Amino acid sequence: MQFKSQAVAKPYFIAAIALFVGQILFGLIMGFQYVVGDFLFPEIPFNVARMVHTNLLIVWLLFGFMGAAYYLIPEEAETELFSPKLALITFWVFLAAGALTVVGYLAVPYATLAEMTGNNMLATMGREFLEQPLPTKIGIVIVALVFLFNISMTVLKGRKTSISLVLLLGLWGLAVFFLFSFYNPSNLVLDKYFWWWTVHLWVEGVWELILGAMLAFVLIKITGVDREVIEKWLYVIIAMTLITGIIGTGHHYFWIGTPEYWQWFGSVFSALEPIPFFMMTVFAFNMVNRRRREHPNKAATLWALGTGVMAFLGAGVWGFLHTLAPVNFYTHGSQITAAHGHMAFYGAYVMVNLTMISYAMPLLRGRSANSPSAQVLEMWSFWLMTVSIVFITLFLTAAGILQIWLQRMGDNPMSFMAAQDQIMLFYWMREAAGFVFLLGLVLYIWSFFKKGEVQAAA
Amino acid sequence: MTIDTITADEIRATPPGDLAIWFFIFAELLAFGVFFVAYAFARAHNVALFDESQQHLDITSGAVNTLVLITSSYFMVRAVAAIKLGFARGCARWIAAAIGLGGVFLAIKLVEFHDKFSAGISLSTNTFYMFYLSLTIFHFMHVILGMVILAAVMLKAKRGGYSAQDHTGVETGASYWHMVDLLWIILFPLVYVIH
Repeated sequence: MQFKSQAVAKPYFIAAIALFVGQILFGLIMGFQYVVGDFLFPEIPFNVARMVHTNLLIVWLLFGFMGAAYYLIPEEAETELFSPKLALITFWVFLAAGALTVVGYLAVPYATLAEMTGNNMLATMGREFLEQPLPTKIGIVIVALVFLFNISMTVLKGRKTSISLVLLLGLWGLAVFFLFSFYNPSNLVLDKYFWWWTVHLWVEGVWELILGAMLAFVLIKITGVDREVIEKWLYVIIAMTLITGIIGTGHHYFWIGTPEYWQWFGSVFSALEPIPFFMMTVFAFNMVNRRRREHPNKAATLWALGTGVMAFLGAGVWGFLHTLAPVNFYTHGSQITAAHGHMAFYGAYVMVNLTMISYAMPLLRGRSANSPSAQVLEMWSFWLMTVSIVFITLFLTAAGILQIWLQRMGDNPMSFMAAQDQIMLFYWMREAAGFVFLLGLVLYIWSFFKKGEVQAAA
Repeated sequence: MTIDTITADEIRATPPGDLAIWFFIFAELLAFGVFFVAYAFARAHNVALFDESQQHLDITSGAVNTLVLITSSYFMVRAVAAIKLGFARGCARWIAAAIGLGGVFLAIKLVEFHDKFSAGISLSTNTFYMFYLSLTIFHFMHVILGMVILAAVMLKAKRGGYSAQDHTGVETGASYWHMVDLLWIILFPLVYVIH
């Protein structure tokens, strides 16, 4: 750690991991509800478990991004953070808002929560991933603005590097596109149309910039490769992301009532979306192969390489699988989507956050890397989580193919629930793989407490 | 040395210009390539509609634009040749000429778009026009981007930022501009001419 104020990243990382645990627990509950429908009913209905599972994911990733920015920006800008105090205040505000929201989801029926929180003044709730009550949404905007102010001021007073500029662009984009969560036209087509401006343009647009910047930062640190080389890669990757990802939004516009040309636009551009992810993989391996130093943090290197590979597989390959309109005609909203969602989120955004945490956390704790035994444990957790997500994805893909075949093809297509009964086996296997994932996560947390000989940070 | 006498030691292992632009060019060609294949695919399913709609395109302005872009590309070749001899101002003038022809291309294209739009044609008219408008507008935007890149290179050349030894930037801009030209050379016969 080169600057004292980088320390504010630590609570963000800790909160991120804690919420990650919550996300996985609710995932397991929900996975079990797939096979035993009334499990925990009426205390935690399926729709609530799902909402908590996905919302916690998003919130902990945001905590991770913010922590990463607070760590990365002072070091890139070569100056102390504009206001560490502000960063800590927003941390507690964001954590409290997040916790209250989850309590709200669990304590009262969703409709009651909507009534209590003023949804009748400005209706924004009831839409997948954007279920947050109005006060939470406003809180997110305020926290985001304060956060952006803080890091933008830091960059303005310090050195401006490509990495911090790309990161800033990504984070500002994140805030701007979130504003569409307040826009909820009564026309369902328009509603969905702009809903994707938040959802798609986050994960297949501006978040990729954040991912690229975080990965580039860690790669510079652990490989010692020239900044110029890494920045050039970053620019090309970012350009490709934006070229393919923005119009690629069209792959969500196939069947929602938008003009037909979206079937072509969406298919063509999103078919190219794997390219930036593929470049990221090549980039990560290339940089590690050309490394100029042997960084003692082997675990961080593993996470960085893993991010490249898994993001390409999950977002790139599994996305391409069902992105062409003629294919999507059959696969839309099936378990194929769930398979893609799991591996893409894990491979891209979970892993890049864990890469950053793996690299920064030892430094925040005053050592250049964790002890070899702690790193071995962390690498075990890497493999357990990664392999189990691969299996979750494969099981869901199998379930999806079968589901589509039974429910949407053939002479006598089955009803939704009848088809679900036929694919139970895969849901059981998915749940089992989920427990292995939890085991990996437990090992991951354990690795933070594992003692052993460590080198002091330089 | 003139452009006619490129010697063996000029043949390099890496493509001219910055390597990054070649990743970019490759990606752009891929994007257009996918679109061209999609066009061929869609046409094969509806030859009659495509043939009928094609009748209404203005082949003459398309052909003129082809000549305009090829000439513009040639000017860029001269610009690169000039800077290789160390003539920075000559280089800048050739680039200015290339940009000028890019402007001519845009003007002709705008007249064409105006005709189509005032005839009530839109992306939703039929599959052919969807492709015609998407491909040409997409290409149109690339011409604009190319002109911006060339303008940046030209300004740097004017300020003496390039020399006979160090002129990667000029080659980078030229490479991109040739790609814009190449795309049109494929697009024009594919969409306007082939029945």
